[in-house]
Amino acid sequence: MNVTTAGARLVGRPRYGDRALAVATGAAVVTILSMLVVVLFDVVRGGATKLSWEFLTTSPREGMTAGGVLPAIVGTVSLTLLMTIAAVPAGVATAIYLTEYASRRSRLARLVRVCVANLAGVPSIVFGLFGLGFFISTVGRAIDRVAYDGEAVYGRPCLLWSSLTLAILTLPVVVVSTEEAILSVPRELREASLAVGATRLQTITYVVLPEALGGILTGTILAVSRGAGEVAPILFTGVAYYLPYLPTHLNDQFMNLGYHVYVLATQSPDVDRTKPLLYGTALVLLMLTLLLNLIAIAIRARSRRRSRAAA
Amino acid sequence: MRAVVAPPATSLTKDAGYKMRARDLTVRYGENTAIKDVTIDVHDKVVLALIGPSGCGKSTFLRSLNRMNDMVPGISVSGHVELDGEAVYGPGVDPVLVRRRVGMVFQRSNPFPKSIFENVAYGLRVAGLSGQSVVAERVERALRHAALWDEVKDRLQESGLGLSGGQQQRLCIARALAVEPEVLLMDEPASALDPIATAKIEDLISELRSELTIVIVTHNMQQAARVSQRTGFFYMGRLVEVGETSTIFTRPKQRETEDYITGRFG
Ligand SMILES: Nc1ncnc2c1ncn2[C@@H]1O[C@H](COP(=O)(O)OP(=O)(O)OP(=O)(O)O)[C@@H](O)[C@H]1O
Ligand SMILES: [Mg+2]
Repeated sequence: MNVTTAGARLVGRPRYGDRALAVATGAAVVTILSMLVVVLFDVVRGGATKLSWEFLTTSPREGMTAGGVLPAIVGTVSLTLLMTIAAVPAGVATAIYLTEYASRRSRLARLVRVCVANLAGVPSIVFGLFGLGFFISTVGRAIDRVAYDGEAVYGRPCLLWSSLTLAILTLPVVVVSTEEAILSVPRELREASLAVGATRLQTITYVVLPEALGGILTGTILAVSRGAGEVAPILFTGVAYYLPYLPTHLNDQFMNLGYHVYVLATQSPDVDRTKPLLYGTALVLLMLTLLLNLIAIAIRARSRRRSRAAA
Repeated sequence: MRAVVAPPATSLTKDAGYKMRARDLTVRYGENTAIKDVTIDVHDKVVLALIGPSGCGKSTFLRSLNRMNDMVPGISVSGHVELDGEAVYGPGVDPVLVRRRVGMVFQRSNPFPKSIFENVAYGLRVAGLSGQSVVAERVERALRHAALWDEVKDRLQESGLGLSGGQQQRLCIARALAVEPEVLLMDEPASALDPIATAKIEDLISELRSELTIVIVTHNMQQAARVSQRTGFFYMGRLVEVGETSTIFTRPKQRETEDYITGRFG
């Protein structure tokens, strides 16, 4: 065949569908990014002037029209820590059971998976109501009856019940991300361990979990950072409008950054004076979650680098 | 895992010379039968090569010798396997103890993302051996056995993943040897290696033969001829023929064996 005519046959009609799709998807990306930028810009611009050592280390004053957000920071941090302590071991253990021990046909495993999936779809306010009904009215009251002669010690909203409620909300994400991390450990490594006479438990502790650790931590921190910003689940279970003291016991109430934003925005007697405080609080909350996300990204990058070095 | 086991009236392996024996071994993955009624003897301190076209069940057979198949979902094993006269699938048998005596090396080298030393020491540690010096001694012995010691003795603390492909595979062999198994199962141990690395592995197999029993799966007929004393030919889930390697390669009894080794199929 003649070379020049063959060349001419390679010229085709432009593919309009491809171009349209490229434009549409590009527009979607730009829209979403610009919204993010607008929100971030607004919060940073409004809050940056307010952000100071004093703002971070003092309590609200003058009916919350002045002062700082220390109690809300302490409350949020303790809430997040307690939630992590409750959710992560349970979630990781569940994921280990599902991936390593449950047989594929196991009824229990299937039931757990269905529960986990549905738990992830429950609106967060429902968790709040659940926490109120179950933890406070049922568990808390029972503790009071048995241990405190019916005096309301645990049968009322407090840090403990909020943390546990939030833990249940976070649990599905921890389970799913841990499962993924564990499943991504190559089968070859497990087999290598079993083939030299390691038990299943030894294989999990010495090979599977160390290898999955990066993924587990990343997923867990992302789950925790999402939980840390939730307000609805703590609304009925322990968060306080205003507290002159910092929480020191599990059955203390606490302030919370997310809720504080809501309070400042809607309940203020003097909107103009609280507005900078509002922005400052939102910025602190944002920075806290951002910090958690950055840690997650750093861990992920590290474990990626490790596994790439391995390949 | 379902294991239907008919304990034989008398032990199969009692008459000396057989390390492992399989009788009527059938393995199914769900509905799909991978190997059917395989009966074979593994002679003590002899290299047995298993050959056959892809998918004929060589790996399945190998992995059922040390119960590596136990973890596979939906698998069912029936028939009888013996190690020194003891039923491998017998009631109460701990697969972990089976695997300590019947080690395995895989097609793709799979070192742990740990140091060279810890890779080899792993099997000792999980077996409960502590004592620094004892472990170090056994690690060195295993690495020497696997003809790797001279290449890694100055970098034992470096990651096992930093070694070349051939070295990694020898590291895996060292790891398997460290627990001093009586049988070593090798599933195409050199198929991912270049000729020089392959030659090293083959030399190694010939040397190890004086100390342990080896069953090796290979696609490479020359390799089977070079390293083994006995060869078994698998075809479509059945053991077609097994015998002295020289006989199998020169005067096979079965037509299918001859077709395969002369390259007419597979
Ligand atoms: N985990 C598994 N689940 C389901 N079927 C499997 C599994 N492993 C192997 N099989 C099937 O069992 C049969 C035998 O496979 P096997 O891996 O034992 O063959 P092989 O002889 O080792 O092949 P190759 O030479 O390609 O390694 C094949 O049909 C394969 O598809
Ligand atoms: Mg195979």
